[in-house]
Amino acid sequence: MTEKGIKELHDLLINKKLNVSDLVKESINKSKELNKKCSAFVTIVDDPVLSEVTDSLLSGIPYGIKDNYSTKGILSTGSSMTLKDYIPFFSATAVENLEKNGAIAVNKTALDEFGMGGTGTTCHTGSVKNPWDLKRMCGGSSAGSAAAVAAGIYPYALGSDTGDSIRKPAAYTGIVGYKPTYGMISRYGLFPFASSLDTCGVLTRSVEDAAIVVDAMKGQDNKDLTSWDSKGISLYKNLKKDIKGKKLFYIKEIVDKDNYPEASKELIEHLDNFNKTIDLLKKEGFIIEAISIGKNILNAIPSVYVCLSCAEATSNMSNLTGISFGPRGKGSNSEEMMKDHRTKGFSPLIKRRFVIGSYILQKENQEKYFVNAQRVRRLIVDLIKEQFKKYDALILPVGSGPAPYLENALDKVPDNETKVLENHLQIGNFGGFPSITIPNGFINNMPVGINMTANCYEDEKLLNIAYKLESLMNYKGQIAKLGDDK
Amino acid sequence: MGKYKAVIGLEMHCELKSNAKVFSKAKNSYEDLPNIYVSPVDMAFPGTLPSLNIECIRKGLMASIILNCKQPEYMVFDRKNYYYPDLPKGYQITQMHNPVGVNGSITIEMDGYDKKVDILDIHLEEDSARLNHYSNYSLIDYNRAGVPLLELVTAPCLDNADEAVAFLEAMRKIYQYCDISDADTKKGQIRCDVNVSIMEEGAKELGTKVEIKNVNSFANVREAINYEIKRQSELKDAGRYDEVEQETRRFDEESGTTKRMRSKVDAIDYKYFIEPNIPKFKIKKSWLDEIKKSIPMLPRERKELYIKEYGLSNYDATIIVKEKSYAEYFEECIKLGMNPKTVANYLIVNIIAYLNKWAIELKDFYLTPNLLKQIIDALDKGTISSKQAKEIFNKSLEEKNEPKNYITSDSAQISDESLLEEIINKVLENNSKQIEDYHNGRTNLFDYFVGQVMKETRGKANPSLVKEILNTKLNK
Repeated sequence: MTEKGIKELHDLLINKKLNVSDLVKESINKSKELNKKCSAFVTIVDDPVLSEVTDSLLSGIPYGIKDNYSTKGILSTGSSMTLKDYIPFFSATAVENLEKNGAIAVNKTALDEFGMGGTGTTCHTGSVKNPWDLKRMCGGSSAGSAAAVAAGIYPYALGSDTGDSIRKPAAYTGIVGYKPTYGMISRYGLFPFASSLDTCGVLTRSVEDAAIVVDAMKGQDNKDLTSWDSKGISLYKNLKKDIKGKKLFYIKEIVDKDNYPEASKELIEHLDNFNKTIDLLKKEGFIIEAISIGKNILNAIPSVYVCLSCAEATSNMSNLTGISFGPRGKGSNSEEMMKDHRTKGFSPLIKRRFVIGSYILQKENQEKYFVNAQRVRRLIVDLIKEQFKKYDALILPVGSGPAPYLENALDKVPDNETKVLENHLQIGNFGGFPSITIPNGFINNMPVGINMTANCYEDEKLLNIAYKLESLMNYKGQIAKLGDDK
Repeated sequence: MGKYKAVIGLEMHCELKSNAKVFSKAKNSYEDLPNIYVSPVDMAFPGTLPSLNIECIRKGLMASIILNCKQPEYMVFDRKNYYYPDLPKGYQITQMHNPVGVNGSITIEMDGYDKKVDILDIHLEEDSARLNHYSNYSLIDYNRAGVPLLELVTAPCLDNADEAVAFLEAMRKIYQYCDISDADTKKGQIRCDVNVSIMEEGAKELGTKVEIKNVNSFANVREAINYEIKRQSELKDAGRYDEVEQETRRFDEESGTTKRMRSKVDAIDYKYFIEPNIPKFKIKKSWLDEIKKSIPMLPRERKELYIKEYGLSNYDATIIVKEKSYAEYFEECIKLGMNPKTVANYLIVNIIAYLNKWAIELKDFYLTPNLLKQIIDALDKGTISSKQAKEIFNKSLEEKNEPKNYITSDSAQISDESLLEEIINKVLENNSKQIEDYHNGRTNLFDYFVGQVMKETRGKANPSLVKEILNTKLNK
């Protein structure tokens, strides 16, 4: 039952063909099974409070929460040793909003420590494995959420996206990953990584479910000054709006096979598959054009991201000292205690990023790295916004193929020809743009994805396009059949 | 001292008065009980975000306007990053790039001259938690974490401790008059950093600047400055000026000296950057205009008004404007039609003395302007003598009973001339010996006759009338 979509489950519940207790029990049991194979969860809630079935589509339906969301009374670790025993006394606004709709949280999903990483291998509970192939990663940082949704544990799980943390794992696990416009969902209670880029969002198995969930999560929150009033936006209600004559563009430098002389077979297939999807859309009447942005500026994307995200992260995580909360470090004075807590608590990857962030923010380096990175961010956003005057959305392939093998997990910007292809989703975070990944095929029996990004506040239109494209292919609602760990 | 010219600059931190903290909804209140005004934001629990208290921004802008500063086009906040157990987030939200005010000045009154003090900047920020240190442990009180602070930085333009303290006093009064802050040093609401250097008279280059951090009373500011000038001068005199280092010192209250904390070379890099969780917003001109209009009359203007309009002496006016509550009380009395000079006299001689004696505040004083009016009016009409007025004042306070209940016909002053003449004649008849002595040159007996008349009337005779009649009678 948990493999079904939200609307279908709701109808079954409302018509009493299914009861909440059984549905939740099934989800919890499947969570336990999956956790043995994929290490997808930090916490499985054994006896969640059940809710009544109401008119709300989400009532009585189980879901998962990425462990960097603060959940009242439920362990919230951010997949970090620094918070390994932290049980918050308040819930994130987005979680509260879902609770009001009767949604039932059954587990907390593993992530790269505090969302910093794109492999799902830096969680304090171990590496998250891809349910399509246990030797492969889910990508990150919303790795556990992606694995769980792909494996059919429930219809949706919450994610957060700072660079591509929802949209890339979605592609690697053959599901939908949606990051709405910055500020549409309150960040209050989301453990911060890089505040100016962090966005709450959701992983589902259909565009429809993504619309339903975000409708419930969103809303202006006086606890988050960057949130805005989105009462005028109803994603689910307007999902099927006409998309006739919509214009899309892709970035030539990213998609052009000629730019990848050393391309792997998988990459060639991936790009061919992208072009196939483009043809499908064209046949449906979409106008799709290739736009050249310039190689230099595109090459700057990963560096700009590293500069800004590491700098903000260094500062954002300065509250983790073990003084007010978290395990108290040892030492003869407060400085030693803080040092001990942080030395023991953070993984080497995060420490490396903190060092980068501190270096970038140093007085003598700030102008050169931090301020310049902000300038280039603005430049990139302006270039894309210029295109949004003519086009409804940007469409691009996600990553350079299917999920990499776990043994190849590296926290390093690859200095090779695929670095832009691997990192272009960060554009969505630079501009706060709404962006969605949906599955668009298989390579070597592994799912791959395609991404669409629109201008700020145009979430409805973006989902209209994604919904249409989804209907032209056969990947909606697909479930990963748990393979054996060969 | 005196041989060198001192150059002093001040940083004045003042806690704002507001319903809530500046970036959280917790109450902003001074409280002895620790950790009762704390929200998750103040303790920086993961996922918490700042809110913004507009009232604090308003007060910051008001101070900026009063100090003739330039206000920024946009309100922006910055993070100042450093680790300390009293700083829950690991950074302080402050204003580095676009403070609420820059490049202002204010003129303060010194003894015999006016002093213009240049303001470099004034910015809004949050206070840290309070650390209480014990022998082998420390406790953290988060009540203060996130309390709004206004930090004001002067140019190095003050010449001596008198000017520094006068400036601080002037600012304290302004903050109180505008309700920006209670500015109570006893509650630690004002803390100062003081920069001191010395130079040869007429020299062009400034000397080595020494910073004294966290001086918490005006008396200590004075002492710290004087000590530091003396210390630096003595070293210079001894040819050891190179021992004056650019460093941070602290004031040691017990010894009245300053002690070295750290060298400026070890200064922390605070890695300032814009706070991403508070979107910048435009400060509308209409808002600034509205704030400007709401600024009440400042103490200096009030003092001038009291002297010019109400004929008070400089001395009296100075005392009355010293506290906002005095000035408000005084003005309320004027509004009720009382004689300004009589009120001023009463306020300074009787009321303030009473407040000091019982250590109460004017707002808790029983004789409100309306009640005081009963005494002042009777006194001005001559219905009661000033001695009687004083008695009624005390009695009324003692018994918490309206003064009018003590101003009876019985207690009324005798101003009836024929009645007084009758009494005086009787006194003179009974004192023929003294009259003779008086005429023989013992003129100081005049007071004796006055005394006798007062005795006869149990003090109710109008003394000036008595003197007038006696004078005619004795000297005709």
